[in-house]
Amino acid sequence: MRRLLPHPILACFLLVLWLVLQQSAGFGHILLGSIIAIAVSAAATAVIPDQVIVKRPYKLLVLFAVAGLDVIRSNLAVMSVLFHPRPKPTAGFIEMELTLTNSFALAILACILTATPGSAWLEYDRERSTVLIHVFDVVDEDAWVATVKRRYETLLLEIFE
Amino acid sequence: MIADLPLWLSILVSAFVVLGALLTMAGCFGLVRLKSFYLRIHGPTMGTSMGGGLILLASAIYFTVTRERLVVHELIIFLFVSLTTPVTLMLLARATLFRDRVEGQIDVPRRPEKLAPKD
Repeated sequence: MRRLLPHPILACFLLVLWLVLQQSAGFGHILLGSIIAIAVSAAATAVIPDQVIVKRPYKLLVLFAVAGLDVIRSNLAVMSVLFHPRPKPTAGFIEMELTLTNSFALAILACILTATPGSAWLEYDRERSTVLIHVFDVVDEDAWVATVKRRYETLLLEIFE
Repeated sequence: MIADLPLWLSILVSAFVVLGALLTMAGCFGLVRLKSFYLRIHGPTMGTSMGGGLILLASAIYFTVTRERLVVHELIIFLFVSLTTPVTLMLLARATLFRDRVEGQIDVPRRPEKLAPKD
């Protein structure tokens, strides 16, 4: 089983993706989608050698809800700065230490922080486990780091580690 | 086509499209008006997150109602855009960081020293 389906989550995801793209759940689509999902997830072992374990899948939903709310909030915040006649954001680099080491958790965190206008993930240093982030409008650096840690990192740690 | 929609729904769909377009436009203005590269990378993010998201949501609602079945493949566009923007952004930003460090710009954080290898 492990050899046939090394990444079951990826395979399920690909099958769902295929069905949504085809906009149909007919037998033929499911069959072809399954073949593609199994073949691609088997091929993916070349780039993802380790088994990906999601410990608390329902927490992912919580994470995405929190991230969605933050995206809306920061969109409005950045827009209000940009529509100002002379935008003067107090931008700055923040170097942040992370407890997170799982590559998938890091990738999700990078996607969330980058998708949120006003913060951009620039450079991750695996040796020190720090990440350089550029923030559009820093009010309080420590508070910003604490918010990211509280809102995202604890959730990701619960999900992946 | 828009006549097929109940009034409140067409207002909702239009509001989403207009708001999404406004956010994307604000991001584009930011791209033009902001002073430094690091500031400018934040502008287009508005188009790829909420701006694009709202337009896609409007599209999903509109076609779900007019075609009378669930149309959600817009979700995939949003998913792929969210997954791929960090990649380009990191490439661009790290290239700029590298160049600024080589040129010795003061306001750029220095490259962290390599840790001594553990024995």
